[in-house]
Amino acid sequence: MNKVRFGHSAIPYLFLLPQMLIVAVFFYLPAGEAVRSSFYLEDPFGFGSTFVGLDNYRDVLSNAEYRRVAIFTLWFTVLVAFFALAIALVLAVKADAVLRGAKTYRTLLMWVYAIAPPVAGLLGIMLFDQHVGPIVKLAALFGWDLRVGVNYHDTAFAMIVTAVWLQIAVNFIFFLSGLQSIPRSVREAARIDCRSGFRRFWTVTFPLLTPTAFFLVVINITYALFDTFGLIDLMTKNEPGNNPVTLVYKVFLDGFRGNDLGGSSAQSVILMVVVFVLTIVQFRFIERRVHYS
Amino acid sequence: MTDIATSLNNAAASETPEGGIRWGLVLDHAILIAGSLFMLLPVFLAFMTSTHEAVTVHTEGVQYLPGDQLVANYSTVLFDGIGFTGAVNGTTMMMNSMILGFGFAIGKIIVAMMAAYAIVYFRFPLAELAFWAIFVTLLLPLEVRILPSYEIVRKMGLINSYTGLIVPLIASATATFFFRQFFKTVPDELVEAARIDGAGPMKFFIDILVPLSRTMIAAIFIIMFVYGWNQYLWPTLITTNEDYFTLVRGIKQIIQVWVGAQIPEYSQAMALAVLAMLPPVIVVVVFQSWFIRGLTESDK
Repeated sequence: MNKVRFGHSAIPYLFLLPQMLIVAVFFYLPAGEAVRSSFYLEDPFGFGSTFVGLDNYRDVLSNAEYRRVAIFTLWFTVLVAFFALAIALVLAVKADAVLRGAKTYRTLLMWVYAIAPPVAGLLGIMLFDQHVGPIVKLAALFGWDLRVGVNYHDTAFAMIVTAVWLQIAVNFIFFLSGLQSIPRSVREAARIDCRSGFRRFWTVTFPLLTPTAFFLVVINITYALFDTFGLIDLMTKNEPGNNPVTLVYKVFLDGFRGNDLGGSSAQSVILMVVVFVLTIVQFRFIERRVHYS
Repeated sequence: MTDIATSLNNAAASETPEGGIRWGLVLDHAILIAGSLFMLLPVFLAFMTSTHEAVTVHTEGVQYLPGDQLVANYSTVLFDGIGFTGAVNGTTMMMNSMILGFGFAIGKIIVAMMAAYAIVYFRFPLAELAFWAIFVTLLLPLEVRILPSYEIVRKMGLINSYTGLIVPLIASATATFFFRQFFKTVPDELVEAARIDGAGPMKFFIDILVPLSRTMIAAIFIIMFVYGWNQYLWPTLITTNEDYFTLVRGIKQIIQVWVGAQIPEYSQAMALAVLAMLPPVIVVVVFQSWFIRGLTESDK
């Protein structure tokens, strides 16, 4: 990058000031504080704190409940990301293939982007309601006694379905724009060389789409880990005890309800490491993506 | 050239037998219609349910057809006191959501454009450091530093205030990153021309760069408005006073009263849900081409 630049003056400092102030006070201060308090045992009555080294981490990682939540989070993330990506990919490929009604389909398939996770959670509560929910009635036809909020696995199922429904739109938008950026000449050449649409997709289209797919995998993992907070909060209806929750939700529960500051901070830091690694991976793929185009 | 054209036509023709129904195309449309219905149906049912009486929903289940309680339910939700104390109504919550959506989007765009301008167009000693300090914020979402963030805002006395609600949310560099990428694509000739004309950096920014970024600003505005409007965790912690509730934040509190009641008030709960999703959905649908461009270009 060889950008022509303005010379030395006070202006850049002035322009940077608001952003730097906000970032310092509301990002670096709290992030640093989370790391610091993860090494301390906070007195629940506010009478200071004791340095305990890695004890909080040891407690968290050896806690059976924490491991149970971690395993659920892993499954939840894998299933949500897989189904949200797979369904969106099929829809994007089809929306890219048809000529008639292409714009209408695009609108119909992307607008859910605007819905907030807790609102989606509320829709999920109603559709999976024991007495009024149509999905429960549908499941009963197949002899499945779906008991959301009572049966752990049924609740997990309802959460995953709702979370997938909400995430399809974002994936669809990115897949479609990825497909549309494939040059016409490449598509036409592929059409001549390869008659079978199915084979053409896997040998030509999909490889060209992998940068988008990798980028989306990271986006979907982050979504399942963090953005589903509101959805889970609604769908567990304040009874997280016997219901499935994710790691982020547990940070919140232990910190705000359980008043376990050290443990909650240690969990935060563990999650920070996870996101950090994910973001590094993401940046590497974005770099690659730029090279492709 | 003609050869290619002919073979292309042949290739196309081979997939579309003359006169017959193109089953491949029918299947494509069938899949797309099924997908569209899957996306639409939950919200459709929510809306239909919101036009019925709570008792009807309770006895007959989720409704598939419009009822006659549309006006009654929505006016209750919008104008009557709801929630635990009955001190807040839908109109107040909608106002607060608007303040959060607009305040967040505008604040973020101003802060981000200024910072990106300084980083891209100036050479100064701390530029590199500032760049990294800002972009590290992309690494950690608010959720993982939620407790200490809350403590800081509480110590500053900003609980139950619009400042406490909006400003901490701006502390992530998504928009700054986006504007930086965009400014880098602006041709250098413009800066040189501005210099020759004797325009200083301030004049260049306000008279040339900002107007040039109009479409980008619009795209970012839509994304940020939706993001701000849809915030849940942060408003849940920061606003304990119902006067500051946004629609999305208020939902859970109100659901506890309604859905937890002897006869769950699903109809009014759904009316509230519809109100909470209507503005962002309208914005996204109406401005979809800007919005999609902004979204898909911000990751490059």
